[in-house]
Amino acid sequence: MLQYILRRLGLMVLTLFGVSVAIFLLLRIVPGNIADILFDSAGLIDPAEKQQIVADLGLDLPLVTQYAHWIAGLAHGDLGYSYVSEKPVLDEVLPRIPITARLAGLALLFAVCTGVPFGVVSAVRQNTWLDYGLRVMSLAALSMPSFWLGLLVLMAFVNWFGLLPIYDKAPATWGAAILMYGVPAATVGFRSSALIMRLTRSSMLEVLRQDYVRTARSKGLSERAVTFIHALRNAVLPVITTIGIETAFLFGGLIVTETVFNIPGVARFLVEAIRWRDYPMVQNLVMFIAVVVVLVNLLVDLAYMFVDPRIRLRT
Amino acid sequence: MMRSRLWLAVVGLFVMTGTAGAQKQGGTLRVTHRDNPPSASILEEATISTDMPFMGVFNNLVVFDPDSTVNRLDKVVPDLATSWALSDDDRTLTFQLRDGVKWHDNKPFTSADVKCTWDMLTGKVNGKLRKNPHKTWWFNIKDVATDGDTKVIFHLHDPQPSIMAMFAGGFSPVYPCHVPANEMRTHPIGTGPFKFKSFKQNESIRIVRNPNYWKPGKPYLDAIEYTIITNRSTMLLAMATGKFDLTFSGELTPELTKNLQEQAPAVQCVLQATGTQGNLLVNRERPPFDNEQIRKAMVLSIDRKAFSDILSRGVYEVGGANMPPPEGFWAWSKEYMETVPGYGADVEKSREEGRRIMQSLGYGPDHVMQLKVTTRNIPDYRDAAVILIDHLKSIYIQGELEPLDTSVWYARLLRKDFSVAMNVQGTGIDDPDVQFFENYLCGSERNYTSYCNPDLEKLFHRQSQMKDLEARRKLVWDIDKKLQEDGARPVVYHGKAGTCWWPRVHGIKIAHNTVYNHWRFEDVWLDQ
Repeated sequence: MLQYILRRLGLMVLTLFGVSVAIFLLLRIVPGNIADILFDSAGLIDPAEKQQIVADLGLDLPLVTQYAHWIAGLAHGDLGYSYVSEKPVLDEVLPRIPITARLAGLALLFAVCTGVPFGVVSAVRQNTWLDYGLRVMSLAALSMPSFWLGLLVLMAFVNWFGLLPIYDKAPATWGAAILMYGVPAATVGFRSSALIMRLTRSSMLEVLRQDYVRTARSKGLSERAVTFIHALRNAVLPVITTIGIETAFLFGGLIVTETVFNIPGVARFLVEAIRWRDYPMVQNLVMFIAVVVVLVNLLVDLAYMFVDPRIRLRT
Repeated sequence: MMRSRLWLAVVGLFVMTGTAGAQKQGGTLRVTHRDNPPSASILEEATISTDMPFMGVFNNLVVFDPDSTVNRLDKVVPDLATSWALSDDDRTLTFQLRDGVKWHDNKPFTSADVKCTWDMLTGKVNGKLRKNPHKTWWFNIKDVATDGDTKVIFHLHDPQPSIMAMFAGGFSPVYPCHVPANEMRTHPIGTGPFKFKSFKQNESIRIVRNPNYWKPGKPYLDAIEYTIITNRSTMLLAMATGKFDLTFSGELTPELTKNLQEQAPAVQCVLQATGTQGNLLVNRERPPFDNEQIRKAMVLSIDRKAFSDILSRGVYEVGGANMPPPEGFWAWSKEYMETVPGYGADVEKSREEGRRIMQSLGYGPDHVMQLKVTTRNIPDYRDAAVILIDHLKSIYIQGELEPLDTSVWYARLLRKDFSVAMNVQGTGIDDPDVQFFENYLCGSERNYTSYCNPDLEKLFHRQSQMKDLEARRKLVWDIDKKLQEDGARPVVYHGKAGTCWWPRVHGIKIAHNTVYNHWRFEDVWLDQ
């Protein structure tokens, strides 16, 4: 097991190296740099001033030197300074991570807590009105663009409750935090929930037809034991994979939800940083998201071993 | 008689104390903000995104009368300068400065700060400002001298009455000499009614009351908090539900302003001229557009009213380089405008002439000119460019839209790497000096089409020196007409936009001819 984890960690380092090279080069292939964008707000470009900014920021150095500076800084925990705010990247990024973590965590909780039970119910009650209803709802959730759903939710809250659940300041209490993050989390988790529900349903349907399930029933086990102990445990592997993928998405891909609900999270910040060609900010944020994705994948693989003993034996 | 005077005095005192006591101290004004400001340094930016939230941190030498709804030369009142005087030859402008004013870090404000600020702005001190977008405003300043701590003298190359308008604009605050420019971009220090508290990127800006403000008793508000909401739908809902007190300056299109007032009828709104204009850029150095006739035909194809109708349901105004009436002072009269080619009421007649010109150059229904209409890839630009492409079809020009990312838009303009482009640009002050010197001067950085007419340039300088407003206005009309005839940068429309606030906000006076000034908030108070 330890050997497996070490091997995976080694692969993780390689993956992160690949990501770092890719993001570094891609950013520099995209036309324009921070100097161009800075002058956008002024409506002009003074070539001499622009050249000065480029030199000040070290953007005229060879690419290899720029990359080496970045990686050397990373190794020492120095993420550099934001080109836009002129503050340390760490100071800008750190306050946003808990916001995104809370939103992603709540969204995932919502998705799992609704998706898995509804998927099981839908499979167990296959071809009943309940199943039809849940399938229609899940299809609708997958089809609805999240910006549209988000705006509908906001308008519904305004019309019914006269309040707008958007982020305008950091919540002071746990209750306030749950209220502030709960609505956007449910909005974004709705889609993930539908995905998990459909996958759980199809996986459960396959497992419920297996011989060992029939054997369990013939042994006189209760339907609940058959469903949750024998069927669900075997059906849950693809669901865990999906949860892993969704977690990665929720950490870096919530741009629309963060924009509609005005949440100052990582994704919105990343998009703004890309717009400004704020290289230190984008590079380090992408690396952060890459680390989250790789770690979640590792956790998913480890979860397989705990859920399915056959995988554990093979390692 | 004596008794009635006594009564008048009592009533007067009552009214005065009643008025003075009506303002309530305290509260936080909550304002929406449209996007993340590039920095907190007003001198280094030309965007309202920086100007509005940080204006309260600073003072100018002079300002446009905060009680007036129009920004004009005759509405300039003292701020950090208590008085000013021009020498007999109108080439020396002396400001007497207010004594006892302190910066937010408790250092004293002196004439050295004023000198230092304008030495940076005129480029005499290099390297302090990262960008200097309003450098052209100060072309006429020869040097700045001080006489003691409270007197500062500006020596001008030539007389320039309009320079007072530049001093009064929101983009001309006085900076402290002792604070480095990079610190001013992140943590500005001023003498204004509010102190900088925080600027969280993409999240919020907070400025708080300066208890030592040199105007006793002001400001009334404890703080102003700007929340950055980039999504307009969310911003509208938030404003309609009363989560915010005031919308960002000129952020609402005429249609959205109407929409908000329908959702929240108690909200008060003002539609202002934004000082932005849509204009056509034709690269006169690139064939076939080096041919004056083609440029003229293009100008004749434009139906300005259609632009206004489509983009704003007829709210946008038609005019030349200067802001049209009723908000603008320097623009043509309606009768004069009719005499300018392409501005006549009969668009079809103009287009017929345009087609005739194109046919004489060999173009026609069977030989259509193909070109790319370059524009910045944001809605305000894109929408106008699409309408332009449609209009160009009427003179046998088939345009293809080339939307550019913001990061490459200005770089392409600077390199003159375009044939035809649709541009939207703003100017902070309704004054011909700003318009002409910034956009049409030979070699000016913002002269994207490289238009250069030395004879006209002499007239730029002549109008700039004229004291007689009416005579100057007549000359400005002629200059503007010549610019449009030459197709220097054909102006298509002048924008208008709305700013709204809830009735609980008092003391807001919005100028109708600019969105860039009047945001110091020292007279604003909340009734809550």
